[in-house]
Amino acid sequence: MNEIKNLKLLAAKIRLDVLEMLMHRGYGHLGGSMSIVELFAVLYGKHLNVDPKNPNKEDRDMVVLSKGHAGPAWYSALAEMGYFPKEVLLTLNDGGTILPSHPDRNLTPGVDATTGSLGQGTSIAAGIATGQKFKGKNAYTYLIVGDGELNEGQCWEAFMYISQKKLNNCIVIIDDNKRQLDGYTKDIINHYDLKTKMESFGFKTVRVDGSDVKAIDSAITELKAVKDQAVCIVLDTIKGQGIKYFEDMFSNHSVKFNNESINQAADEAVEKLKAYIAKEEA
Amino acid sequence: MFKLVENRNEKGEQLSIVFCQTVSELMNDDEKLVFIDSDLASPSGSSLIEKAHPDRFINVGIAEANMVGVASGLSIEGFKPFIHSFAPFASRRVFDQIYLSGAYAKTTINVYGSDPGFAVGPNGGTHTSFEDVALYRTIPNAIIVDPADVTQLKCAVRQAASEEGIKYIRINRKAVRNVYEPGSKFVFGKGTVVKEGSDVLVITSGQILSDALDAAEELETKGVSVEVLDMYTIKPLDVDLILSEVEGKKAVVTFENHSIIGGLGSAVAEVLAENNVNVLFKRHGVTDRFGQVGTADFLQVEYNLTSKDLVKTIESLL
Repeated sequence: MNEIKNLKLLAAKIRLDVLEMLMHRGYGHLGGSMSIVELFAVLYGKHLNVDPKNPNKEDRDMVVLSKGHAGPAWYSALAEMGYFPKEVLLTLNDGGTILPSHPDRNLTPGVDATTGSLGQGTSIAAGIATGQKFKGKNAYTYLIVGDGELNEGQCWEAFMYISQKKLNNCIVIIDDNKRQLDGYTKDIINHYDLKTKMESFGFKTVRVDGSDVKAIDSAITELKAVKDQAVCIVLDTIKGQGIKYFEDMFSNHSVKFNNESINQAADEAVEKLKAYIAKEEA
Repeated sequence: MFKLVENRNEKGEQLSIVFCQTVSELMNDDEKLVFIDSDLASPSGSSLIEKAHPDRFINVGIAEANMVGVASGLSIEGFKPFIHSFAPFASRRVFDQIYLSGAYAKTTINVYGSDPGFAVGPNGGTHTSFEDVALYRTIPNAIIVDPADVTQLKCAVRQAASEEGIKYIRINRKAVRNVYEPGSKFVFGKGTVVKEGSDVLVITSGQILSDALDAAEELETKGVSVEVLDMYTIKPLDVDLILSEVEGKKAVVTFENHSIIGGLGSAVAEVLAENNVNVLFKRHGVTDRFGQVGTADFLQVEYNLTSKDLVKTIESLL
């Protein structure tokens, strides 16, 4: 029980960090960052074999954020884990920062793959997982890919490869937040039922509520035990997840904090998250 | 250090086999080396690697973009991958993947691009690359190697396997004429003066080095002294060698199995212009055209890449 409470608390901290860093910057990729906050809380709060003091430790699990525009969510999780001081979050997108809009393995401690050109992270994760197998490591690669990103053909090349090579150590997580930059995925490029689709590609697939840390935790635990088959979690999420105002905002891919209504909603969300965190930590 | 063969009309072994045999030998001692092919293991020669090292051979199927990404991921895990596809698919088709998952991410990928330029033969226009060098030249820190023969190819593969970063090695899969004796040594970034001369400087690379030497010999009989420079790597370009050898020459001609837009000719033109070298200059290569079907011999004639064509160009300048 405590474990779930702690994961929820970590999620709240990550959500608050994301909001504050984007508010400080005045703009940013809010929608797709918020939808994977609970996922990052479960990964860093429980499952990942990593050491923030030794980011390059040889047997570590790796994370590939193929939907690279959600970097702010990852950076917040890394800061919460102590990879770098939380103040650094406010340097997002500054010239010379270690936190560029899209993740860069050569700049940020804890980031192992450079992503941002959508689709490419899927293959990189497949390669890392192949390398882990070649070395006989007992390590996992967590590939986080967006539902809109699945428009990119390279994702399906990578999925076919991951399935063919039975890379059960590459845990594919699709953030099904149902929206892409220009609108709803069903209106732009409909991916139809992702669970059925991934199963037809040979993946053992589970679909879980992406706002429920307990459900995410159970799904990861279940899939880590799978042998000789590729595995996939379809994460049922909401773009802008966790803050009603932003969930309801139609165009929330990149949000500009430039009017009273938005700023008021953001301020209220900050207060609410801070109050929740204070209560839980008391 | 290099030594020229006595008989330049003799062909060496099939280059595809030389490439893959050399990689396979290196894999015996270096467990970090991996080879990835894209449903072309038979044409590329890499089926011999699959046989010798099945545990470090990957066939990704017909999926070149994924191949580059998988190579990038393997590099992140500490491996040193070689990948293969036909030259247009190892350059044009995967440009963004090589650029970002490869060079920008500072990973190590050794690219074997086969049958560039007229070497494509009957695979025709869809499989032709007259622009692969131009594309790779724009990628920061990428190394572009255009080996002339078996000896140079072996050197290229060995150096590529030992260094980090993106290397693009373009070769004809078939046998080409020998230029260098076994044991000759070449390093990335250094060109070679293969033949001395005083009137004209020809700068070339790849298998048509043999044709350039033929042209130089023919012109000698007509009283024109031609120096031939082999630019083993088009990037990094041996700028110092170009500037030292151009001194005293009446004309400079670049000769390339590639479009004259963006390749060796463009690279040399930039050096001459930026160093205020006042000399007659001509880029001899494929003009602004697409590829087409035909035998390699037919295509070499069709795109004016024979020694006779080069002789005509040089004579027209003087």
